[in-house]
Amino acid sequence: MSLAKRIIPCLDVDGGRVVKGVQFVDIRDAGDPVEIARRYDQEGADELTFLDITASHEQRETMVHVVEQVAGEVFIPLTVGGGIRELADIRRMLNAGADKVGINTAAVFNPEFVRAAADRFGAQCIVVAIDAKQVEADADGKPVRWEIFTHGGRKPTGIDAIEWAAKMVDYGAGEILLTSMDRDGTKNGFDLALTRAVSEAVDVPVIASGGVGNLDHLAEGVLEGEADAVLAASIFHFAEYTIAEAKQHMAARGIEVRL
Amino acid sequence: MSTIAIIDYGMGNLHSIAKAVEHVAADTRVLISSVPEQILAADRVVFPGVGGIGHTMEELQRTGLGEVALEAAAAKPMLCICVGMQALLERSEENDGTPCLGLIAGEVKRFPEGMPAPEGGKLKVPHMGWNQVHHNDHPLWEDIDQDSRFYFVHSYYVEPADPALQAASTDYGIKFCAALARENLFAVQFHPEKSQRAGLTLLRNFSRWDGQC
Repeated sequence: MSLAKRIIPCLDVDGGRVVKGVQFVDIRDAGDPVEIARRYDQEGADELTFLDITASHEQRETMVHVVEQVAGEVFIPLTVGGGIRELADIRRMLNAGADKVGINTAAVFNPEFVRAAADRFGAQCIVVAIDAKQVEADADGKPVRWEIFTHGGRKPTGIDAIEWAAKMVDYGAGEILLTSMDRDGTKNGFDLALTRAVSEAVDVPVIASGGVGNLDHLAEGVLEGEADAVLAASIFHFAEYTIAEAKQHMAARGIEVRL
Repeated sequence: MSTIAIIDYGMGNLHSIAKAVEHVAADTRVLISSVPEQILAADRVVFPGVGGIGHTMEELQRTGLGEVALEAAAAKPMLCICVGMQALLERSEENDGTPCLGLIAGEVKRFPEGMPAPEGGKLKVPHMGWNQVHHNDHPLWEDIDQDSRFYFVHSYYVEPADPALQAASTDYGIKFCAALARENLFAVQFHPEKSQRAGLTLLRNFSRWDGQC
Protein backbone atom coordinates (compact mmCIF):
# COMPACT_ATOMS: atom_id res chain seq x y z
CA MET A 1 0.00 0.00 0.00
CA SER A 2 1.34 3.38 -0.87
CA LEU A 3 0.59 6.70 -2.44
CA ALA A 4 -0.18 6.52 -6.15
CA LYS A 5 1.77 8.52 -8.70
CA ARG A 6 -0.61 10.88 -10.44
CA ILE A 7 -1.43 11.44 -14.10
CA ILE A 8 -2.67 14.95 -14.82
CA PRO A 9 -4.01 15.98 -18.22
CA CYS A 10 -3.59 19.68 -18.93
CA LEU A 11 -6.15 21.72 -20.86
CA ASP A 12 -5.23 25.04 -22.44
CA VAL A 13 -8.26 27.31 -22.35
CA ASP A 14 -8.66 30.45 -24.42
CA GLY A 15 -11.81 32.49 -23.93
CA GLY A 16 -13.62 29.55 -22.37
CA ARG A 17 -12.70 27.05 -25.10
CA VAL A 18 -10.10 24.30 -25.02
CA VAL A 19 -7.50 24.92 -27.71
CA LYS A 20 -4.55 22.99 -29.16
CA GLY A 21 -6.67 20.55 -31.09
CA VAL A 22 -8.56 18.22 -28.89
CA GLN A 23 -9.74 15.33 -31.02
CA PHE A 24 -11.99 12.85 -29.38
CA VAL A 25 -13.93 10.76 -31.84
CA ASP A 26 -17.18 10.48 -29.96
CA ILE A 27 -17.29 13.82 -28.24
CA ARG A 28 -19.99 16.22 -29.38
CA ASP A 29 -17.96 19.36 -29.03
CA ALA A 30 -14.21 18.95 -28.97
CA GLY A 31 -13.58 22.41 -27.56
CA ASP A 32 -15.91 22.25 -24.58
CA PRO A 33 -13.83 22.15 -21.39
CA VAL A 34 -16.65 20.60 -19.37
CA GLU A 35 -17.11 17.72 -21.78
CA ILE A 36 -13.40 17.09 -22.02
CA ALA A 37 -12.99 17.24 -18.26
CA ARG A 38 -15.81 14.73 -17.89
CA ARG A 39 -14.11 12.42 -20.38
CA TYR A 40 -10.75 12.55 -18.61
CA ASP A 41 -12.43 11.96 -15.27
CA GLN A 42 -14.14 8.84 -16.64
CA GLU A 43 -10.84 7.58 -18.02
CA GLY A 44 -9.28 7.84 -14.59
CA ALA A 45 -7.41 11.16 -14.52
CA ASP A 46 -6.13 11.82 -11.01
CA GLU A 47 -6.44 15.59 -11.30
CA LEU A 48 -7.08 18.17 -14.00
CA THR A 49 -5.08 21.28 -14.75
CA PHE A 50 -6.56 24.19 -16.66
CA LEU A 51 -4.20 26.73 -18.09
CA ASP A 52 -5.93 29.98 -18.94
CA ILE A 53 -4.14 31.39 -21.96
CA THR A 54 -6.75 34.06 -22.61
CA ALA A 55 -5.02 37.21 -23.66
CA SER A 56 -7.69 39.76 -22.88
CA HIS A 57 -8.50 40.71 -19.34
CA GLU A 58 -12.22 40.99 -20.14
CA GLN A 59 -12.43 37.30 -20.97
CA ARG A 60 -10.86 36.16 -17.72
CA GLU A 61 -14.25 35.94 -16.07
CA THR A 62 -15.06 33.20 -18.57
CA MET A 63 -12.53 30.93 -16.86
CA VAL A 64 -14.38 31.32 -13.58
CA HIS A 65 -17.53 29.96 -15.20
CA VAL A 66 -15.61 27.08 -16.75
CA VAL A 67 -14.24 26.12 -13.34
CA GLU A 68 -17.68 26.41 -11.75
CA GLN A 69 -19.20 24.13 -14.34
CA VAL A 70 -16.44 21.54 -14.18
CA ALA A 71 -16.41 21.53 -10.38
CA GLY A 72 -20.15 20.92 -10.44
CA GLU A 73 -19.78 17.55 -12.07
CA VAL A 74 -16.22 16.32 -11.92
CA PHE A 75 -15.17 15.34 -8.41
CA ILE A 76 -11.38 15.20 -8.59
CA PRO A 77 -8.88 17.98 -7.77
CA LEU A 78 -8.76 20.93 -10.16
CA THR A 79 -5.84 23.29 -10.62
CA VAL A 80 -6.13 26.57 -12.50
CA GLY A 81 -3.11 28.48 -13.76
CA GLY A 82 -2.53 31.45 -16.01
CA GLY A 83 -3.09 35.06 -15.06
CA ILE A 84 -3.03 34.51 -11.30
CA ARG A 85 -1.51 37.79 -10.08
CA GLU A 86 -3.40 38.91 -7.00
CA LEU A 87 -4.91 37.35 -3.91
CA ALA A 88 -8.32 38.27 -5.35
CA ASP A 89 -7.60 36.09 -8.42
CA ILE A 90 -6.89 33.13 -6.14
CA ARG A 91 -9.98 33.70 -4.04
CA ARG A 92 -12.15 33.90 -7.16
CA MET A 93 -10.81 30.59 -8.52
CA LEU A 94 -11.07 28.75 -5.20
CA ASN A 95 -14.61 30.00 -4.70
CA ALA A 96 -15.48 28.80 -8.18
CA GLY A 97 -14.39 25.28 -7.24
CA ALA A 98 -10.65 25.11 -7.99
CA ASP A 99 -8.59 23.29 -5.37
CA LYS A 100 -5.24 24.76 -6.31
CA VAL A 101 -3.92 27.66 -8.32
CA GLY A 102 -0.75 27.76 -10.36
CA ILE A 103 1.40 30.88 -9.96
CA ASN A 104 4.09 31.40 -12.55
CA THR A 105 5.24 34.80 -13.77
CA ALA A 106 3.82 36.64 -10.78
CA ALA A 107 6.08 34.58 -8.51
CA VAL A 108 9.15 35.54 -10.52
CA PHE A 109 8.39 39.25 -10.40
CA ASN A 110 7.14 39.23 -6.83
CA PRO A 111 8.14 36.20 -4.72
CA GLU A 112 6.38 37.71 -1.70
CA PHE A 113 3.11 37.06 -3.52
CA VAL A 114 3.67 33.33 -3.02
CA ARG A 115 4.21 33.84 0.69
CA ALA A 116 1.11 36.00 1.03
CA ALA A 117 -0.94 33.48 -0.95
CA ALA A 118 0.20 30.51 1.14
CA ASP A 119 -0.41 32.43 4.37
CA ARG A 120 -3.91 33.36 3.34
CA PHE A 121 -5.12 30.19 1.60
CA GLY A 122 -2.76 27.47 2.83
CA ALA A 123 0.25 25.92 1.11
CA GLN A 124 -1.91 23.01 -0.07
CA CYS A 125 -3.50 25.14 -2.78
CA ILE A 126 -0.43 27.01 -3.99
CA VAL A 127 1.33 25.41 -6.96
CA VAL A 128 4.35 27.31 -8.21
CA ALA A 129 4.87 26.74 -11.91
CA ILE A 130 8.49 26.90 -13.05
CA ASP A 131 9.53 27.17 -16.70
CA ALA A 132 13.18 26.14 -16.90
CA LYS A 133 15.72 25.93 -19.68
CA GLN A 134 19.15 24.32 -19.65
CA VAL A 135 21.87 26.97 -19.89
CA GLU A 136 25.04 25.04 -19.12
CA ALA A 137 26.51 21.56 -19.53
CA ASP A 138 29.84 20.10 -18.43
CA ALA A 139 32.54 18.80 -20.79
CA ASP A 140 30.69 15.48 -21.15
CA GLY A 141 27.49 17.22 -22.14
CA LYS A 142 25.86 16.52 -18.79
CA PRO A 143 23.50 19.37 -17.90
CA VAL A 144 24.60 21.29 -14.83
CA ARG A 145 22.53 24.44 -14.78
CA TRP A 146 18.98 25.45 -15.67
CA GLU A 147 17.48 28.90 -15.47
CA ILE A 148 13.98 30.28 -15.10
CA PHE A 149 12.49 31.78 -18.23
CA THR A 150 9.33 33.84 -18.51
CA HIS A 151 7.03 34.80 -21.39
CA GLY A 152 6.71 31.30 -22.76
CA GLY A 153 10.42 30.61 -22.56
CA ARG A 154 11.55 33.75 -24.37
CA LYS A 155 12.84 35.89 -21.52
CA PRO A 156 15.74 34.71 -19.37
CA THR A 157 15.82 35.84 -15.75
CA GLY A 158 19.26 34.60 -14.70
CA ILE A 159 17.63 32.74 -11.78
CA ASP A 160 18.88 29.20 -11.10
CA ALA A 161 15.93 26.80 -11.40
CA ILE A 162 16.93 24.44 -8.57
CA GLU A 163 17.58 27.27 -6.11
CA TRP A 164 14.36 28.92 -7.20
CA ALA A 165 12.32 25.77 -6.54
CA ALA A 166 13.76 25.47 -3.04
CA LYS A 167 13.08 29.14 -2.39
CA MET A 168 9.48 28.86 -3.55
CA VAL A 169 8.87 25.93 -1.20
CA ASP A 170 10.40 27.99 1.57
CA TYR A 171 7.92 30.75 0.71
CA GLY A 172 5.01 28.36 0.98
CA ALA A 173 4.54 26.51 -2.32
CA GLY A 174 2.77 23.21 -1.63
CA GLU A 175 3.72 21.73 -4.97
CA ILE A 176 6.00 22.49 -7.93
CA LEU A 177 4.86 22.24 -11.55
CA LEU A 178 8.10 21.95 -13.46
CA THR A 179 8.13 22.51 -17.22
CA SER A 180 11.20 22.05 -19.37
CA MET A 181 11.10 24.74 -22.05
CA ASP A 182 13.68 22.73 -24.02
CA ARG A 183 11.35 19.74 -24.20
CA ASP A 184 7.92 21.36 -24.29
CA GLY A 185 6.22 20.42 -27.55
CA THR A 186 9.09 18.17 -28.75
CA LYS A 187 7.59 14.78 -27.79
CA ASN A 188 11.13 13.69 -26.85
CA GLY A 189 10.29 13.03 -23.21
CA PHE A 190 10.76 14.99 -19.98
CA ASP A 191 14.08 16.59 -19.07
CA LEU A 192 14.79 13.85 -16.54
CA ALA A 193 17.97 15.36 -15.12
CA LEU A 194 16.14 18.62 -14.40
CA THR A 195 13.15 16.81 -12.90
CA ARG A 196 15.30 14.67 -10.64
CA ALA A 197 17.41 17.63 -9.52
CA VAL A 198 14.35 19.62 -8.51
CA SER A 199 12.58 16.65 -6.93
CA GLU A 200 15.62 15.92 -4.77
CA ALA A 201 15.98 19.57 -3.80
CA VAL A 202 12.47 20.03 -2.38
CA ASP A 203 10.26 18.24 0.13
CA VAL A 204 6.97 18.95 -1.64
CA PRO A 205 5.58 16.99 -4.62
CA VAL A 206 6.94 17.78 -8.08
CA ILE A 207 4.85 17.50 -11.26
CA ALA A 208 6.94 16.84 -14.36
CA SER A 209 5.82 18.60 -17.53
CA GLY A 210 6.98 19.24 -21.07
CA GLY A 211 7.92 16.76 -23.77
CA VAL A 212 5.71 13.70 -23.35
CA GLY A 213 5.39 11.83 -26.64
CA ASN A 214 4.66 8.28 -25.51
CA LEU A 215 3.75 6.21 -22.47
CA ASP A 216 7.33 5.27 -21.65
CA HIS A 217 8.05 8.95 -21.17
CA LEU A 218 5.44 9.09 -18.42
CA ALA A 219 6.96 6.09 -16.65
CA GLU A 220 10.48 7.53 -16.98
CA GLY A 221 9.34 10.79 -15.40
CA VAL A 222 8.52 8.84 -12.26
CA LEU A 223 11.22 6.16 -12.33
CA GLU A 224 14.16 8.30 -13.43
CA GLY A 225 12.92 11.84 -12.86
CA GLU A 226 11.55 10.97 -9.40
CA ALA A 227 8.42 13.00 -10.16
CA ASP A 228 5.39 12.58 -7.94
CA ALA A 229 3.02 13.32 -10.81
CA VAL A 230 3.25 13.60 -14.58
CA LEU A 231 1.43 16.15 -16.69
CA ALA A 232 0.71 15.83 -20.38
CA ALA A 233 -1.48 17.54 -22.93
CA SER A 234 -1.19 16.51 -26.54
CA ILE A 235 -0.90 12.72 -26.16
CA PHE A 236 -4.27 12.71 -24.44
CA HIS A 237 -5.92 15.46 -26.47
CA PHE A 238 -5.20 13.84 -29.77
CA ALA A 239 -6.48 10.55 -28.36
CA GLU A 240 -3.16 8.89 -29.13
CA TYR A 241 -3.52 7.25 -25.74
CA THR A 242 -6.25 7.19 -23.15
CA ILE A 243 -5.45 7.89 -19.53
CA ALA A 244 -6.48 4.34 -18.71
CA GLU A 245 -3.82 3.05 -21.13
CA ALA A 246 -1.24 5.35 -19.59
CA LYS A 247 -2.04 3.98 -16.15
CA GLN A 248 -1.90 0.37 -17.27
CA HIS A 249 1.47 1.05 -18.82
CA MET A 250 2.84 2.69 -15.70
CA ALA A 251 1.50 -0.15 -13.54
CA ALA A 252 3.21 -2.67 -15.81
CA ARG A 253 6.47 -0.83 -15.18
CA GLY A 254 6.00 -1.28 -11.45
CA ILE A 255 4.62 2.17 -10.65
CA GLU A 256 1.83 2.47 -8.12
CA VAL A 257 -1.18 4.10 -9.81
CA ARG A 258 -4.88 4.46 -9.08
CA LEU A 259 -6.59 2.00 -11.42
CA MET B 1 -36.82 16.50 2.23
CA SER B 2 -33.86 16.29 4.57
CA THR B 3 -31.27 19.03 4.96
CA ILE B 4 -27.49 18.98 5.17
CA ALA B 5 -25.79 22.13 6.43
CA ILE B 6 -22.17 22.83 5.58
CA ILE B 7 -20.64 25.08 8.23
CA ASP B 8 -19.16 28.17 6.57
CA TYR B 9 -16.62 29.88 8.82
CA GLY B 10 -14.79 31.57 5.97
CA MET B 11 -12.19 28.90 5.23
CA GLY B 12 -11.89 27.37 1.81
CA ASN B 13 -14.11 26.28 -0.96
CA LEU B 14 -17.41 24.81 0.13
CA HIS B 15 -18.90 24.82 -3.34
CA SER B 16 -17.26 21.47 -4.17
CA ILE B 17 -18.63 19.74 -1.09
CA ALA B 18 -22.11 21.12 -1.73
CA LYS B 19 -22.01 20.06 -5.39
CA ALA B 20 -20.76 16.60 -4.55
CA VAL B 21 -23.51 16.04 -1.99
CA GLU B 22 -26.15 17.35 -4.39
CA HIS B 23 -24.78 15.01 -7.02
CA VAL B 24 -25.42 11.89 -4.93
CA ALA B 25 -28.41 12.95 -2.84
CA ALA B 26 -31.04 14.48 -5.09
CA ASP B 27 -33.62 14.40 -2.31
CA THR B 28 -31.45 16.47 0.04
CA ARG B 29 -31.34 20.23 0.41
CA VAL B 30 -27.74 21.39 0.86
CA LEU B 31 -27.10 24.67 2.65
CA ILE B 32 -23.79 26.47 2.99
CA SER B 33 -24.39 28.41 6.16
CA SER B 34 -22.83 30.52 8.88
CA VAL B 35 -26.14 31.03 10.68
CA PRO B 36 -26.21 28.97 13.91
CA GLU B 37 -30.01 28.48 13.85
CA GLN B 38 -29.87 27.16 10.29
CA ILE B 39 -26.99 24.81 11.04
CA LEU B 40 -28.63 23.46 14.17
CA ALA B 41 -31.96 22.99 12.41
CA ALA B 42 -30.41 20.78 9.70
CA ASP B 43 -30.76 17.00 9.79
CA ARG B 44 -27.05 16.49 9.15
CA VAL B 45 -24.00 18.70 9.37
CA VAL B 46 -20.71 18.82 7.47
CA PHE B 47 -17.77 20.47 9.22
CA PRO B 48 -15.14 21.18 6.55
CA GLY B 49 -11.71 22.76 6.68
CA VAL B 50 -8.62 23.57 4.65
CA GLY B 51 -5.48 25.58 5.33
CA GLY B 52 -3.70 26.09 8.62
CA ILE B 53 -5.19 25.11 11.98
CA GLY B 54 -4.13 28.41 13.57
CA HIS B 55 -6.27 30.50 11.25
CA THR B 56 -9.03 27.86 11.42
CA MET B 57 -9.28 28.06 15.20
CA GLU B 58 -9.17 31.87 15.10
CA GLU B 59 -12.08 31.95 12.67
CA LEU B 60 -14.05 29.34 14.62
CA GLN B 61 -13.67 31.47 17.76
CA ARG B 62 -14.29 34.80 16.05
CA THR B 63 -17.50 33.60 14.41
CA GLY B 64 -18.67 31.50 17.34
CA LEU B 65 -19.12 28.62 14.90
CA GLY B 66 -16.75 26.37 16.87
CA GLU B 67 -19.40 26.27 19.62
CA VAL B 68 -22.06 25.61 17.02
CA ALA B 69 -20.02 22.73 15.60
CA LEU B 70 -19.73 21.23 19.10
CA GLU B 71 -23.44 21.59 19.65
CA ALA B 72 -24.17 19.90 16.32
CA ALA B 73 -21.70 17.14 17.12
CA ALA B 74 -23.65 16.35 20.27
CA ALA B 75 -26.96 16.07 18.48
CA LYS B 76 -26.92 14.90 14.87
CA PRO B 77 -25.03 12.93 12.23
CA MET B 78 -21.94 14.96 11.49
CA LEU B 79 -19.16 14.53 8.93
CA CYS B 80 -15.88 16.35 9.55
CA ILE B 81 -13.39 16.74 6.71
CA CYS B 82 -9.61 17.32 6.76
CA VAL B 83 -8.88 20.31 9.02
CA GLY B 84 -12.47 19.97 10.26
CA MET B 85 -11.41 16.57 11.58
CA GLN B 86 -8.19 17.90 13.09
CA ALA B 87 -10.06 20.69 14.89
CA LEU B 88 -11.95 18.07 16.94
CA LEU B 89 -8.84 16.97 18.82
CA GLU B 90 -7.34 18.64 21.89
CA ARG B 91 -4.34 20.27 20.31
CA SER B 92 -2.27 20.40 17.14
CA GLU B 93 1.48 20.71 16.63
CA GLU B 94 0.80 23.11 13.74
CA ASN B 95 1.48 26.84 14.04
CA ASP B 96 3.74 26.36 17.09
CA GLY B 97 1.08 24.43 18.97
CA THR B 98 -2.61 25.29 18.64
CA PRO B 99 -5.35 24.39 21.13
CA CYS B 100 -8.31 22.86 19.29
CA LEU B 101 -11.94 22.11 20.19
CA GLY B 102 -11.09 19.16 22.43
CA LEU B 103 -14.14 17.06 21.60
CA ILE B 104 -11.91 14.01 21.04
CA ALA B 105 -9.00 13.25 23.34
CA GLY B 106 -5.72 13.18 21.45
CA GLU B 107 -3.37 15.25 19.31
CA VAL B 108 -2.68 16.34 15.77
CA LYS B 109 0.88 15.60 14.67
CA ARG B 110 3.11 16.42 11.74
CA PHE B 111 4.51 13.67 9.52
CA PRO B 112 8.15 13.10 10.52
CA GLU B 113 10.84 14.66 8.32
CA GLY B 114 12.76 12.47 5.91
CA MET B 115 10.60 9.34 5.98
CA PRO B 116 12.12 6.89 3.47
CA ALA B 117 10.11 6.31 0.28
CA PRO B 118 9.53 2.70 -0.83
CA GLU B 119 11.18 3.42 -4.22
CA GLY B 120 14.15 5.19 -2.64
CA GLY B 121 14.60 8.82 -1.65
CA LYS B 122 12.32 10.39 0.91
CA LEU B 123 8.58 10.81 1.16
CA LYS B 124 7.27 14.24 0.31
CA VAL B 125 5.27 16.29 2.79
CA PRO B 126 2.47 17.32 2.25
CA HIS B 127 1.07 13.85 1.70
CA MET B 128 -0.69 14.74 -1.56
CA GLY B 129 -2.63 12.46 -3.86
CA TRP B 130 -4.55 9.19 -3.94
CA ASN B 131 -3.77 6.73 -1.17
CA GLN B 132 -5.45 3.56 0.01
CA VAL B 133 -7.81 3.56 2.95
CA HIS B 134 -8.11 0.41 5.02
CA HIS B 135 -11.45 0.67 6.76
CA ASN B 136 -13.40 -1.06 9.50
CA ASP B 137 -17.09 -1.86 9.57
CA HIS B 138 -19.22 1.26 9.64
CA PRO B 139 -22.37 2.30 7.74
CA LEU B 140 -20.40 5.08 5.99
CA TRP B 141 -18.16 2.52 4.28
CA GLU B 142 -21.09 0.71 2.68
CA ASP B 143 -20.41 -0.20 -0.99
CA ILE B 144 -16.82 1.07 -0.71
CA ASP B 145 -14.22 -1.58 -1.51
CA GLN B 146 -11.60 -2.33 1.09
CA ASP B 147 -8.38 -0.35 0.39
CA SER B 148 -10.09 2.03 -2.04
CA ARG B 149 -8.09 5.15 -2.92
CA PHE B 150 -9.13 8.58 -1.67
CA TYR B 151 -7.58 11.99 -2.31
CA PHE B 152 -5.47 13.40 0.51
CA VAL B 153 -3.65 16.68 0.92
CA HIS B 154 -2.24 17.32 4.39
CA SER B 155 0.94 17.53 6.43
CA TYR B 156 -0.67 16.74 9.79
CA TYR B 157 -2.69 13.76 10.99
CA VAL B 158 -4.81 12.99 14.05
CA GLU B 159 -3.84 10.61 16.80
CA PRO B 160 -6.88 9.91 19.00
CA ALA B 161 -6.02 8.84 22.55
CA ASP B 162 -8.51 5.99 22.22
CA PRO B 163 -7.35 3.78 19.33
CA ALA B 164 -10.81 2.21 19.20
CA LEU B 165 -12.11 5.41 17.57
CA GLN B 166 -10.07 4.77 14.45
CA ALA B 167 -12.38 3.87 11.56
CA ALA B 168 -9.70 3.61 8.88
CA SER B 169 -5.95 3.72 8.47
CA THR B 170 -3.59 4.71 5.67
CA ASP B 171 0.12 4.07 5.19
CA TYR B 172 2.41 6.96 4.40
CA GLY B 173 5.75 6.23 5.98
CA ILE B 174 3.76 5.55 9.11
CA LYS B 175 0.30 4.10 9.55
CA PHE B 176 -1.98 6.99 10.46
CA CYS B 177 -5.65 7.49 11.30
CA ALA B 178 -7.47 8.28 8.02
CA ALA B 179 -10.94 8.26 9.59
CA LEU B 180 -12.41 8.20 13.05
CA ALA B 181 -15.90 7.43 14.27
CA ARG B 182 -17.69 7.97 17.55
CA GLU B 183 -21.44 7.56 17.86
CA ASN B 184 -23.02 10.14 15.52
CA LEU B 185 -19.67 11.62 14.53
CA PHE B 186 -17.58 10.57 11.53
CA ALA B 187 -14.38 12.33 10.52
CA VAL B 188 -12.06 11.82 7.57
CA GLN B 189 -8.61 13.17 6.76
CA PHE B 190 -9.08 12.80 3.00
CA HIS B 191 -11.42 14.83 0.78
CA PRO B 192 -14.46 12.74 -0.17
CA GLU B 193 -15.68 15.60 -2.40
CA LYS B 194 -12.50 15.17 -4.50
CA SER B 195 -12.24 11.39 -4.37
CA GLN B 196 -14.36 10.54 -7.37
CA ARG B 197 -16.53 7.41 -7.07
CA ALA B 198 -15.35 6.23 -3.64
CA GLY B 199 -15.76 9.72 -2.19
CA LEU B 200 -19.19 10.20 -3.71
CA THR B 201 -20.29 6.85 -2.27
CA LEU B 202 -19.18 7.95 1.19
CA LEU B 203 -21.12 11.20 0.81
CA ARG B 204 -24.18 9.29 -0.37
CA ASN B 205 -23.90 7.04 2.69
CA PHE B 206 -23.64 10.08 4.92
CA SER B 207 -26.71 11.67 3.34
CA ARG B 208 -28.71 8.63 4.49
CA TRP B 209 -26.98 7.97 7.79
CA ASP B 210 -29.07 7.94 10.96
CA GLY B 211 -26.03 8.48 13.18
CA GLN B 212 -25.94 4.91 14.49
CA CYS B 213 -22.81 2.77 14.26
